[in-house]
Amino acid sequence: MSTNRYDAIVIGGGHNGLVNAAYLARAGRKVVVLEKRHLVGGAAVSEQIFPGFTFSVFSYVVSLLRPEIIRDLQLPQHGLQILPLESTITPLPNGDYLGMWGDRDRTRRELARHSATDAEALDEFGRLMHHMAMAVRPILGMMPPDPTSLGVRDLKAFARLGGHLRQIDEKHLHLLHKLMTMSSADFLDEWFEFEPLKATKSASGIIGTFLGPRSPGTAYVLLHHYMGEIDGAFRAWGFAKGGTGAISESIASAARALGAEIRLNTGVAQVMVKNGKAVGVVLENGDELLAPVVVSGLDPRRTFLQLVEEQALPTDLVDAVRKYKFRGSSGKVNLALSELPDFTCLPGRGQHHYGAVSISPSYDYLERAYDDAKYGEFSKKPYMDIVFPSMLDPNMAPPGQHVMSAFVQYAPYKLNGGWTDEKREAFGDAVIDTLAEYAPNIKRAIIHRQVITPPDIERITGLSEGNIFAGELSLHQLFFNRPAHPWAGYRTPIRGYYQCGSGTHPGGGIMGASGRLAALRILDHRSRR
Amino acid sequence: MSLQLRTTPFHSRTAALSQAHNWRRWAGYVAASAYELSHDREYAAIRNSAALFDVTPLYKYDITGRDAARFLDRLVPRDINRLATGQIYYTPWCNDQGKVLDDGTLWRLDEQHFRLTSAEPNLRWLRMNAAPYDVRIEDVSDRIATLSIQGPTARAILNALGAGIDALKYFRLQHTNLRELPVTITRTGYTGDLGFEVWTANHHAEALWDMLIEEGMNYGIQPAGLLALDVARIEAGLILLDVDYVSANHALIEAQKSSPFELNLGWAVAKAKGPYVGQRALEAERARAPEWQLVGIDVDWESLERLHAAVGLPPRLPSAAWRTSVPIYRGSAQIGYATSGTWSPLLKKYIALAHLKAPHFAPGTAVEMEVTVEHHRRRAAAHVTKLPFFDPERKRA
Repeated sequence: MSTNRYDAIVIGGGHNGLVNAAYLARAGRKVVVLEKRHLVGGAAVSEQIFPGFTFSVFSYVVSLLRPEIIRDLQLPQHGLQILPLESTITPLPNGDYLGMWGDRDRTRRELARHSATDAEALDEFGRLMHHMAMAVRPILGMMPPDPTSLGVRDLKAFARLGGHLRQIDEKHLHLLHKLMTMSSADFLDEWFEFEPLKATKSASGIIGTFLGPRSPGTAYVLLHHYMGEIDGAFRAWGFAKGGTGAISESIASAARALGAEIRLNTGVAQVMVKNGKAVGVVLENGDELLAPVVVSGLDPRRTFLQLVEEQALPTDLVDAVRKYKFRGSSGKVNLALSELPDFTCLPGRGQHHYGAVSISPSYDYLERAYDDAKYGEFSKKPYMDIVFPSMLDPNMAPPGQHVMSAFVQYAPYKLNGGWTDEKREAFGDAVIDTLAEYAPNIKRAIIHRQVITPPDIERITGLSEGNIFAGELSLHQLFFNRPAHPWAGYRTPIRGYYQCGSGTHPGGGIMGASGRLAALRILDHRSRR
Repeated sequence: MSLQLRTTPFHSRTAALSQAHNWRRWAGYVAASAYELSHDREYAAIRNSAALFDVTPLYKYDITGRDAARFLDRLVPRDINRLATGQIYYTPWCNDQGKVLDDGTLWRLDEQHFRLTSAEPNLRWLRMNAAPYDVRIEDVSDRIATLSIQGPTARAILNALGAGIDALKYFRLQHTNLRELPVTITRTGYTGDLGFEVWTANHHAEALWDMLIEEGMNYGIQPAGLLALDVARIEAGLILLDVDYVSANHALIEAQKSSPFELNLGWAVAKAKGPYVGQRALEAERARAPEWQLVGIDVDWESLERLHAAVGLPPRLPSAAWRTSVPIYRGSAQIGYATSGTWSPLLKKYIALAHLKAPHFAPGTAVEMEVTVEHHRRRAAAHVTKLPFFDPERKRA
């Protein structure tokens, strides 16, 4: 029986669950991670979907992985290797392109080709966003305080936040307000004139949301893009060698080295609650594991509405979680290719294949793509963010062949008439047809095609409605509202039951912050008993 | 005579690839510092795929004759009688006082045929020592073109060109053909990674470059310059003459000279071997504890963050490896100096190579390294570590 007793059980071997377990193990706790699939990672997995070709099936780049986690868990020693992903090009329907390169001079020269003032504005914009990101960054590393609480911890946290915000000068505070309220399109219009530049920048504000660039509130998400750049010297941004699964594997390796146990193919049916306290879990096979601490790395819907009885929770919370917006809006197309796409705007193999390709020629293009989704259809001409992982890590494909990863938006979870195999393939066709307008050789280059819709994401990873961030990253679902007030501090109304996934503060992307912060909260609770 | 610096036989190819016109001097040649506008991808290739370096400026000497082995055994502190045909030693060599003159590789091509590579010209020193022996010393530096291919896919690229080097072990050499082209491949490098150096006659240089690029394309090959190499060699704990130590020939004062023991090269000083230059001094030094030691310095990131936060900045680091002397402190006393340092993009650590005085060089010792933050000298917390910082299994595999 003793092998079934732990200090803590972490449900879900996504990257946050693994980070959480690693930190708990590091503090000497006996921890087990329970993962229902045959591999760890959740939405950060690398799989050989087609022999010889490795796909980062879902999540595909590292942007905000917290430097303190990389250091604390010594992830480089456990195989984490982040490679530079420097440029973004946006091919245009007129046969031209917009290139944003890794080098400032090169980017300026390229931008000046399209707009001399935009070329200058870009630097100024970058500096300002840097200030904004500096202003907001401490929040990422902070446990969200409860604004309605008079508790010492919450008041102190708000005092710290207030003190920090006071340091921001008036001009910047004003701008912060704009970022919080405006659409990314309106915000960028104040700075730039070249449409493809604005559209490409705005795209980073809509990723993973069911919103368009002209939807208010999307400007704030632009800021997340600059957060990673503050840690510029640390260089935690780029492409993970081996794909995003390699990040998960490195965290798992660190967790194991620290003493954590990871059980694969082990689904959890329910959290056991006795007298308002979590006491363990029942596995899908009926086995019971016992622990005074149970951490859910799943999204809020599963954490509150599936793993425990609703009756054990306050009605307000159940209601809030029911209203919490998932509505997955994106899909993925992964290709095994016999040759690289040959872009009409930049013929042949070139530097651009080492970076991202963004299909975002104009606001109207993105809004039309959104329009399709608003009325229950996938975008006929979708927004895409494309990378060629085999150009960055040659091990991803056999010599001379390639893999391509296309993040595609919009693909609504709730499609008119529902998703079917035929509709999935039609969605894949729309993606390939769109791409073929810019790189005509793509169709003959395809050796294998994997099309992933929001229901596929939900079915495989468990993310409700296929939302890649375990809940939309919109302003009303962030900080002390993530996932629901007043349960944003990783605790739940059930003692000993905690939450740590991307559905909690500070949210999605391969960041690991919520896994770490939840562990710190758990350790704090425990040590004070 | 041309007033320009010399170019290597690969120059027609390397110059065409240079986006940044970023060259550096190396032994009287122009050598690429970086081909791209930043060396980030060039560095990444060393640890991720394969980087291709033109290392032709190395000095190369062929030593032949009946006494070749005896002569070299007399020249270097390693035991040349144990160097098998086809094998290569890394070795320093010293003056009579046991102070290091230079370091390089010494290959046994044949029973009576060796090759020595070095950072500095050594012909005069070789000839001075060769007088009593029946040997012929030839400077072949100008006749041989050399490319170094370093990184996890290096072997696959050479094999794809027909090298047949699966059995080639660490610090061994093999004569072979790449396609039809005759080359010698050594399982050596200056990166601490899986890597090879390919040696061929000058007139084959361009063809060699072209085929490596063409085939290497399928394996992520990337032409790389000395900026990328510098980062990798610091991670690998490999020292550089005139940067991390001064040749005893160049030193102006005694304190500038170093013994092999002080440079972490005690392992290359054979205990039981015949007489060699500097033996008496080195054996005496072995009996004492060394006064200095070359060690690794690992700078604490939180400390850098605090120092920068105090002036309202996120941490800033030099964008390339540095090669200057930087004081290392313990408490109030300066206990040594760092000579090379870099941010390691792989290890996510700010690291440096340093010379520390006894008794401060034990791994784990808490020290401080001088850093400049907004024009002000500050001390960042750091600790002493063993070298190398990075030592993957594939290096020897």
